[in-house]
Amino acid sequence: MNTTHGPAAHGPAGPAGTGADQNAVQAAREVAGQVRDPEMPMLTLADLGVLRGVEMVRDESGAAVVVASITPTYTGCPAMATMRDDLVHRLNDAGFGRVEVRVVLDPPWSSDWISERGRAALRAAGLSAPGPAPRRSTGPVPLTLGPPRTAPPCPRCGSAATRLTSEFGATACKALYRCTGCLEPFEHVKEI
Amino acid sequence: MNDQPVSDEPVTDEPAGARPATGEPVTGELATGGPMTGDSAIGGPTTGAPVSDEHGSVFDGLLGGDSSQWAFGTDFEDPLAGVDTSTPDGVDPAGLAAYCLMLGDDALIMSQRLSEWCSRAPDLEEDIALANMALDLLGQARLLLARAAAADPGVVPVLPEGSPVPPEDALAFFRDDRDFRNVRLAEVDNGDFAHVVVRLLLFSAARLALLERLRASRDHVLAAVAAKGVKEVAYHRDWAGRWFLTLALGTEESHRRLLAALDELWPLLAELTATHPLERSLAQAGAAADTSSLPGEVNAVLGQVLATSGVPRPERAPLAGVGGRAGRDGLHTEALSRLLAEMQVVARAHPSGRW
Repeated sequence: MNTTHGPAAHGPAGPAGTGADQNAVQAAREVAGQVRDPEMPMLTLADLGVLRGVEMVRDESGAAVVVASITPTYTGCPAMATMRDDLVHRLNDAGFGRVEVRVVLDPPWSSDWISERGRAALRAAGLSAPGPAPRRSTGPVPLTLGPPRTAPPCPRCGSAATRLTSEFGATACKALYRCTGCLEPFEHVKEI
Repeated sequence: MNDQPVSDEPVTDEPAGARPATGEPVTGELATGGPMTGDSAIGGPTTGAPVSDEHGSVFDGLLGGDSSQWAFGTDFEDPLAGVDTSTPDGVDPAGLAAYCLMLGDDALIMSQRLSEWCSRAPDLEEDIALANMALDLLGQARLLLARAAAADPGVVPVLPEGSPVPPEDALAFFRDDRDFRNVRLAEVDNGDFAHVVVRLLLFSAARLALLERLRASRDHVLAAVAAKGVKEVAYHRDWAGRWFLTLALGTEESHRRLLAALDELWPLLAELTATHPLERSLAQAGAAADTSSLPGEVNAVLGQVLATSGVPRPERAPLAGVGGRAGRDGLHTEALSRLLAEMQVVARAHPSGRW
């Protein structure tokens, strides 16, 4: 894949911002944009909002270095290492010899960053996509001792009659629900 | 199970793969790396050693070289790769490092205690919930310990030259109990389910209030860790609050156990909400959270949970320190030593190990 673009990355070194660099950055973005999330492979890292940017910099010797920036969905997300490795290998395979993956912590990831295409892919895979993330300014976080007031509709049958099973699921970003219409359990990507 | 009497006669209809190696040709066995037919030329001993032929051993590709075949790679990764870790102007780097250790050790030790619950919760959903919370806190601990090391490399234990252990792991696995800065609430032994519910409620109520304030830190790493942590710990606190309510209004037995856990852990709350002198001076420099209003807020939240649950506020005095020293100063209960012994034993046995 991207064999037409990949070798261009090794093109003549020049000052950043030249046409060759622009093409190479575009090619790198295309490659990085196709890397999938290891735990939710129906989503690309770009659709998940984890891939924050792909840039090209020149080191002291003038060699091109692709810099990809990623942000964790949750602080302890163990998939970060796999994401980093996948990005490096896919870019290497596409001909980008030097790849650096940086971590971006600020601003923190929000489920609002999942793209429309990503939401459609989640639904197609039987997962419930997140609603709008709660907006709050500073000050004490209100305590919630009851079940959440709004439950997501069932991604399988569309029924609104669903119940929260647990706010913690198989991955840090998902909650468990069950549908009282079709009786199937389903996973919901949490709003944060 | 079959009910046939035990016989000394060889069993003839046993699958070949289940038979101990006796030197005869092996059929249908996968131990040598792939399915084989009965007339396979390979009939060597099935000792479990890699089989080599002109194509090399099936394990050759796993040794050295490309780390991509391992699910998580073989290299350690820097959780702060590419993040600006310079210390803000006017902030004492050593003080900042010590503060990061306080918050990081709270998260690390609490995470370890929660991890011990794995497979022991009353049902699968709560098992997963506790493991998720442990993971969130472990993530916070990694960033905070890495931030401590970046602010003041002097806090990182010295390992043998060439050791691949990154600073945050050196801090987690190679410090002794007296160098840990966590509050004692995080380290005491686990009890029953009510115990972990109460412990998490107290811990996360205080941590949530603290992280909310820390979002305004002039230290960009701390501010970022706090902004993300607020979202995570809000889930932890509310999970604990809901279970507190459930156990309080449940059976006589669940109510009794909840009160016993509350009575045991309440004396450890004060240390969690107290402002350490180091926090005060760092807060003046804009790096640490200003916690002057924190005890009041935590008490209000806990009061709300207690009132909803119909549980009276325990009348227990705070657990004293020794000579004014407590967890933040490295003075711990013996439970921490046992916890560390288990957590650190493998890393300490292999200070130059690559995983």
